[in-house]
Amino acid sequence: MERIVVVGASLAGLHAAEALRAGGFDGSLTIVGDERPLPYDRPPLSKQVLAGTQQLAEIVLRQSSTIDVNWERGVAATGLDLSNRELQLADSRSLGFDGIVIAVGAAPRRLPGTETYANVCELRTDEDVRRLRALVEAGARHVTVVGAGFIGCEVAATCRGLGLDVTIVEPLPAPLARVLGTEVGHVVAGLHVEHGVEVRLGIGVSSFEGEGEGEGEGEGSRCTGVRLSDGSLVETDVVVVGIGVIPNTGWLEGSGLTLDDGVVCDETTLAAPGVVAAGDVARWPNPTYGGELMRVEHWEHAINMGTHAARRLLAEARGEPGEPFAAVPWFWSDQYDRKLQLAGRVRPDDEVALVAGSYAERRFCVLYGREGRVTGVLAMNMPAKVVRYRRALADGVAWADALADAGA
Amino acid sequence: MRVVVDFDLCESNAVCMGIAPEVFEVRDDDFLYVLQEEPDESLRPKIEEAVARCPKQAISIEG
Ligand SMILES: Cc1cc2nc3c(=O)[nH]c(=O)nc-3n(C[C@H](O)[C@H](O)[C@H](O)COP(=O)(O)OP(=O)(O)OC[C@H]3O[C@@H](n4cnc5c(N)ncnc54)[C@H](O)[C@@H]3O)c2cc1C
Ligand code: SF4
Repeated sequence: MERIVVVGASLAGLHAAEALRAGGFDGSLTIVGDERPLPYDRPPLSKQVLAGTQQLAEIVLRQSSTIDVNWERGVAATGLDLSNRELQLADSRSLGFDGIVIAVGAAPRRLPGTETYANVCELRTDEDVRRLRALVEAGARHVTVVGAGFIGCEVAATCRGLGLDVTIVEPLPAPLARVLGTEVGHVVAGLHVEHGVEVRLGIGVSSFEGEGEGEGEGEGSRCTGVRLSDGSLVETDVVVVGIGVIPNTGWLEGSGLTLDDGVVCDETTLAAPGVVAAGDVARWPNPTYGGELMRVEHWEHAINMGTHAARRLLAEARGEPGEPFAAVPWFWSDQYDRKLQLAGRVRPDDEVALVAGSYAERRFCVLYGREGRVTGVLAMNMPAKVVRYRRALADGVAWADALADAGA
Repeated sequence: MRVVVDFDLCESNAVCMGIAPEVFEVRDDDFLYVLQEEPDESLRPKIEEAVARCPKQAISIEG
């Protein structure tokens, strides 16, 4: 293998490139990414960068300057020709390769009917956060957050910190209910209410009201209110939509790779001979969960899977079989002065047991369980607990034993 | 080898502790404690991994 191309110049892609070099690959290594700036870290976008306490230059990924690669930044990959081993680029060039790492991540789902409004934003890129900050600096007073997932909750918390009035609208009965279940979701709702956020749960958005309609996309037309499914109107200056992401696989249609909510790989991260995928875009049968196909949209996962995928490619070059990639997902989220951490694979209807602290103090640890086994651990401001349980989760822990140990 | 943590950056998320519990410990007070500031050379690979995984890039190795 002499030429390797990494598509996607972000967390998974850069860690893959770093691991390729660390693994002894000394051939030609090119990273293609459609964003123009030096690759940066995304978690601070909804936290410090939105708050104005960190600038883009401070969140540039270390690998941007440490790895020996050819950069193709600001140009998208538009097609993959596996039989000729060529990657097509948006500027009509194509790059030949022997091995390829697909690490193109995911893009925010947009709400239909909002495309024309200049003040309706998603939050995924530095450009998104600059646009949002510009609206705040231009004097916005009220922000409506549609969708109380992790990003929506963080945006709400950061905007309160900036002194803005905030309304969260969420069709489910609690924030984060899909990830944490309703019991813990209600604790998160309480946290936001305590900080003065108006939290509207169990209610959907029916339409957007605006002024200056009929103009081009994002030019001049402004959303002035969000009409909810109960008929009420939330008057607002800015809308932030956080309703999940879709893997960036459009450009791979017809390439022969299996696409199904992401690039589908085998348990070693291989999607086809010489092709590996990692990070938010990759779906693979996770051996830790009996081979259940999953796609994980977490920071640490992108690092681990990117690194693993690189090693997988090098193993193939040496004619060796790859190792399976087994993972216990882990995520953190900062909201106000609270840190949430979740490890494991939780379903909303799993059993919940409080094993330390209390909901009222907003400092606690809960275990989730199903069919007699622990499925996950979540803590608010008790990070060490999550680390300890996470190790046990990989080995599999009986629910009864875990509760007995915790004295719960 | 000397392990240095920038405590202004550290947010006590305990990632480093998951990787090298011999060196890093987040206690019940939510603060990170460096258990060995000059750990044995044999721990270097683990500490390098912690450096790479720290979400705040708060850990560095001197020497
Ligand atoms: C605002 C925000 C806050 C977050 N906070 C947390 C957190 O607190 N904790 C946590 O665990 N996780 C968090 N995450 C999730 C974490 O950042 C992601 O899981 C991680 O960025 C995934 O890395 P990736 O490299 O797989 O994909 P991405 O970071 O999405 O990178 C993919 C790159 O590929 C580029 N690309 C896409 N298509 C093409 C193409 N056709 N050609 C070339 N390039 C292309 C994209 O523009 C992008 O630069 C957060 C994410 C966001 C957006
Ligand atoms: S991983 Fe980094 S931020 Fe987290 S506790 Fe360790 S030093 Fe602090």
